[in-house]
Formats: sequence, C-alpha cells, structure tokens
Amino acid sequence: MKEIVLIKLGEIALKGLNRHTFEAALKKNIKSTLYGLGYFKVSIAQSTIYVTPQSESIDMDEVCDRISRVFGIVSFSRACVCEKTMESIFAHAPEYLSEELKYAKTFKVEAKRSDKKFPLTSPEISREVGGLLLEHFPHLTVDVHNPEVKVVVEVRDFGAYIRAGAMKGAGGIPVGTGGNAAILISGGIDSPVAAYMLAKRGVSLTAIHFASPPYTSERAEDKVQRLLRKVCRYAGPITMVTVPFTALQERIKDECPEELFTIIMRRMMMKISSIIAEKYDCSALITGESLGQVASQTISAIACTDDAADMPVFRPLIGMDKEEIIQISRKIDTFDISIEPYEDCCTVFTPKHPRTKPVLKFVRYAEEDAHLDELIDEAVENVKITELR
Amino acid sequence: MTEHYLDNSATTRVSEASAETALRLMREEYANPSSLHSKGFSASKELESARQVVASAIGADSTEIYFTSGGTEANNLAIFGTAYAHKRKGMHIVSTATEHSSVYESMLQLRKEGFEVTFISPDSFGRISAEDVLNAVTDKTILVSVMYINNEVGAINPIADIAAGLKRKAPSVIFHVDAVQAFGKTDFKVQKLSAHLLTLSGHKIHAPKGVGALYVKKGVRILPRTFGGKQEGKIRPGTESLPLIGAFSSAVRELDISQSIHTVSTLRSYLWDRLSVMKDIVINSPQNGSPFILNFSVMGIRSETMLHHLAALGVYVSSGSACSKGGKSHVLSSMGLADNIADSAIRVSFSKYNTIADCDALLEGVRQGMEKLAKR
Repeated sequence: MKEIVLIKLGEIALKGLNRHTFEAALKKNIKSTLYGLGYFKVSIAQSTIYVTPQSESIDMDEVCDRISRVFGIVSFSRACVCEKTMESIFAHAPEYLSEELKYAKTFKVEAKRSDKKFPLTSPEISREVGGLLLEHFPHLTVDVHNPEVKVVVEVRDFGAYIRAGAMKGAGGIPVGTGGNAAILISGGIDSPVAAYMLAKRGVSLTAIHFASPPYTSERAEDKVQRLLRKVCRYAGPITMVTVPFTALQERIKDECPEELFTIIMRRMMMKISSIIAEKYDCSALITGESLGQVASQTISAIACTDDAADMPVFRPLIGMDKEEIIQISRKIDTFDISIEPYEDCCTVFTPKHPRTKPVLKFVRYAEEDAHLDELIDEAVENVKITELR
Repeated sequence: MTEHYLDNSATTRVSEASAETALRLMREEYANPSSLHSKGFSASKELESARQVVASAIGADSTEIYFTSGGTEANNLAIFGTAYAHKRKGMHIVSTATEHSSVYESMLQLRKEGFEVTFISPDSFGRISAEDVLNAVTDKTILVSVMYINNEVGAINPIADIAAGLKRKAPSVIFHVDAVQAFGKTDFKVQKLSAHLLTLSGHKIHAPKGVGALYVKKGVRILPRTFGGKQEGKIRPGTESLPLIGAFSSAVRELDISQSIHTVSTLRSYLWDRLSVMKDIVINSPQNGSPFILNFSVMGIRSETMLHHLAALGVYVSSGSACSKGGKSHVLSSMGLADNIADSAIRVSFSKYNTIADCDALLEGVRQGMEKLAKR
C-alpha cells in the first residue's frame, strides 16, 4: 500500500505575488528536514504539498515527527494513495484504517471531491465508504457531530486519498523567508525559546555564545550546542560563534564600579554581537530578555544595553511570564537541558547589588575609563565557529 | 572437543569489539562522568554517545534511555517505579503467566503489598492474546506489563495491538514491555510499539553481563527504587558503569538484525525439520515464533539428564529457563503442557555465531541420549 503525507499550507496561501518564494522555501525546508530518511518527491498542487516517499521501507512515523516541526504548515496528514475509482477506494480503505477503527467506538466519513468529473458526489462517496467500513467493523457506530475517528476521502487531480484525521502543524512561516538574525545564547531557559519564536516567523539563525574559561567550562559550551541542536529541529542549520570573553570580563571587574558590572558586560556583548552579526549577514540581534525578570532587564537597563547595539534588537519574550516561557521550552524540548547546573558567563562575577536604574551617561564614562575597545577587537578576532544541524 | 554453544537466550559470548571498548574505557576513560573537570567531561561524552546509540536503535530520544545493571533491574524499576508512582489512581495491574521471573516475581511481591495482579494465561504455544489483555483492564488498572518475546519458547506477543487497544480503551494506563529477548533479534521502534516503558539487556546481544537499560517515554513518571546522586535523571542513581555501558553500545552498533535473523532462521528450520520427524520428540515452540529459540521435549528423559549428557559432548543448551534452575518452569505449566512434557523440555537458542555443525552436534547428541539414557 502506498502512503504519502499531505501538507496544508498556513499563512503562505494568503501571500500575493510572493507566494512562490514562500512555497519554494517550504519545499526546500521539508526536503532538508527529511534528509537521511530516504528519497522523497515533494510537489505542490492545489495549495497542498505532497510528500511522496520513493520506497515502502521509509519510516513514516519519523517522517511525520519531523514534518510536525517545519514552520509554514497548518496541518498535515498521512494518507493512503488510491486510484480514482470506487473499487480502488473500497479495496484499500478497510485495511488502511484498521488500526484506527479496530478500537474506536464512533466514526464518520467526510468526502471532498475537487475533481468534479468523478462520477459520485461527495455525500455519495461518504455514504458508500461509511457503509463499507460498518460492514468491516460492525462494532462501530456513526457519529457525525463528535466522532472519535474522522475518516476523510479526498478525490483530487492525481488520485484519491484516504486518511484518518489530520495532525496540527507547527504554524508560522517558512524559515529562510524572513531574513537572518543572530541570537545571543547563554544556556538558560529563555534564549532557546526566543530563537524558536523568531525562527517561527521565518528568520534564519546564527548563534553567538560568550565563553569565559576557566570561569565557565567546556560543559557549559557543550550544553549550548545541545540546546541549539534542539532549536535546529525547527530552525534548520545554525552557525554557532563562540566568543572568548574572559579578558573583557576580568577588565570590567577590575576597572569598573561593581554595581555596573552586569550592565557594562551586556553592553560589551551587544557591541561584539553587532560586529559579528554584520559579518554573518544578519540584520538584527535576538535576546531572551523578559521585562523585569532580573536587574539587567528593567526598562532603564535595557535602554542602556540597546544603546550599544548597532542594529535592531528583537526581544520576543519581553512580555512573557517565566511560566509561559517554560511551557514553550518544554514543548521544544530544551527545558531539561537548560536547567543543567553549569556556570555561564552571565553568572560569573555577578555583583551583590546590581544597579537596577543605570544612567546611560555614567555607564559610558565608566566604560571609557576601562579602555575596553582593544579587548573587543581581540575577542572578535578569536571567535570559534561550529556548524550545527 | 569442539564447543557448540546453543544457549544464547541465557547469555551470549561477548564480541571482540564490545570487549575492546570495555577495556579501552577502563584504561583511558576512567574518570567519573559526573566530575566537572575535562577528564570527567570526556567520560560523560562517551556516556552520552553510548546513550545515543542505544536510543537510535529503538527509535527513542537519548533522554529516554536510563542505563541499569541489566534486564532484571530495569524490569523491577519499571514495575515498582510505576506501581508506587501511580497507586493513588488504582492498584490493579495486568501481566501474563509467561513473564520472565524478574517481572513475575515483582508482580507477586506487589500482590503481597496489596496490589491486585491479573495474570493472563497463554495458549498452548505460549502466546498471549491482545483481546485477553484488554478485557482484563479495568478503571483501576495502572500498569500493563507484557513481554515481547518469551524467553523459554520464543512466542511473539502482539505488543502493537495491545498498545493500540490500550490507547483507545485506557489511555492513562502505563504499558511496559520486557523486550530483552526481542532487542537486536527483531526490528522494532518504540513509536510503532507505543510502549511507555521498555526493558533492554546487553548480555543477550554480545555485550558483557551487568548492563541494560530502561526506556521511559518522555512525560511518563516513575519513581526510583534506589536513592543517591543525580545520575540517570535521579531515576537510577550511582556512578555510571561506563566500561559496560560503552561495551553495550558497541554491541548495539554491531547489530545487523536482518542478517542475524537470516542466519538463525536457517538453523532453526534445519533443526525443526529434523526434530519434528523424530519419534518421541514434541516441539513446544510456535512455528511462527522467534527464530532465535526452539524448545522441544524428549519424551521420557528429564531435561536435566539430557542437558548434562549434551554438555558432556560439548553441546550447551538450557532446560526451560536458565534463570529458574531446578524449579519447574511456570511458563511451560501455564501453557498447559503435561508434566511429562514440561519435565523434559530443552531450550535451544541461537546467535549469529552458530552454524549447521552446531545443529548436527545437537541432533547427534539427542539421538545418542535417546538410545543410551534410562527412560522413566
């Protein structure tokens, strides 16, 4: 029996003349997410994408699992391919649906006929297939309002398809259609979620991570790589840029007022990230900041850090509660990794009483006195690149 | 004397690659994977890559694999861990009369602790029916535990059917599968089986004894049986045995399931064809059972007598299950076999290393035994 995946497009279908760009990106993303599972034909017709495996031994569960994480898809379903005759539909339906119907109590059949040349009308198809299934599974009853299993028979241009229900897609728009941005990632709960949210809006990601050995360990860096690999499942391949940050942090600690340590450190991160982002063709930065979560995430602190960035800074979590953020991090499977207890660069040298309402002018003075610029160049020159997928 | 080892469901010879991995890890990666220094980190990377290998072999995520000291510990952890975690929802458990003793005895222990356990009986070939299992499930049921492949006769149980039925009928029931005799011997993926908990063992697939794993589906809660450090998600604390775990993953890497099935199927049908035409021999395994196991009875000769006679010729087999030496097999009796058949049961179990010569040695030994040994 031949099985395929039918994918319904999301917002893309509403795009005007750009639609083809979006569709092409989505096709490319679907192909690349299925890499390694076998050969597939991916084609578009009647605003549906058909993913046709070229061999019967392909693991369709894994295919569906991966497709469920591709942005730009509202819903998708596995379906059995039949010829466009009632005989063929009758021959396949009972066997294909047996797993679903064997243990169900109620069902209904819904038919969709986009090929109007097909001899039976939609209600006729529903009735016939429903009758056949009742014969094969006599324990079932029909419930048109609230069925346990909804069987759909679609008669389209190239064939007829039988399926049981549909699965929800990841929503959003295809990655690669929304430009490039760089996510600042430390290893906590928030930044992977922020990365996920921008990827959902079509943004391709580059990741920037600050490492401060020996204050932070290789385990912390490994943790960030594992987090990013989880994000890759949604966002596609990510280039990770690791910035050596020790010298800067030590200089800030030695030369700047203690209560300004965090804010100046974050400004340095913004400056370095802006330079790196530009190099990697990114036009914005992304952070996981949420207003009021910690001292460096008050309005005045954010105003100070923003001042150091040379490009827009997106903060998709700005209005979210920790609980809401955790919920998403569990969904994208980063939570358990995020809570592993390794020191990261943000927790090194944290002042006892950080300034919650820093004044930009004084922050700048403190920074100038510390002559940090030379160290910025050094950090940018010595970055380490890791390709993740 | 040439050795003919036909007791591979009891345990297997450790493969060269697996033994080498264990030795390398003992000599080079001796740091504690939980130590923060780079030597510890390197050990923990070895640990995590081993976990990844075992996980992908069954289609799981690496965070769903918890290493244990073997199948028995994994089965105990699955059963008691689920029973204690969910007992407020109900205290009824469904299992089968053909389970391995590490499941069976755990169930009897839970019974003593106040749980109600229903054991489903098999048909005369040791097979469990999905319908029987599902019919035994009530609204008080918290756990269903069914083995994938029986270790004594090789019957294959309808795991996917039971899982599909449970999903519809009682979606909150935890489904545990003891897959010790199935892992590496039949191709399965946890998503397809829809098991919540699944037991694996290393030494049945040419890894050393003392290592196994429990698959725990993400989101399924079980309680630990031992308490200590934060290893294995606190479900199985204690410093990880990296040499054994690494050796386990290296044995998993070597698995070529379709090739082994091909090899042992040939051997099994060779034996089957010859044994079934011999007088006074009854075959106890189902014909469509696991190709790795063949159980038969030589009428009138006690299992142990035949076993020792064969061993003297260098042919090693089991009487019933090696784990229950001496005692009568609860599996064979539950199949309704007459006492004289159960008492004379011999289990032959293959691995990819066996050859036709091993089968011939066995056949010759059985023939000799039937002539020479005193009948009762």
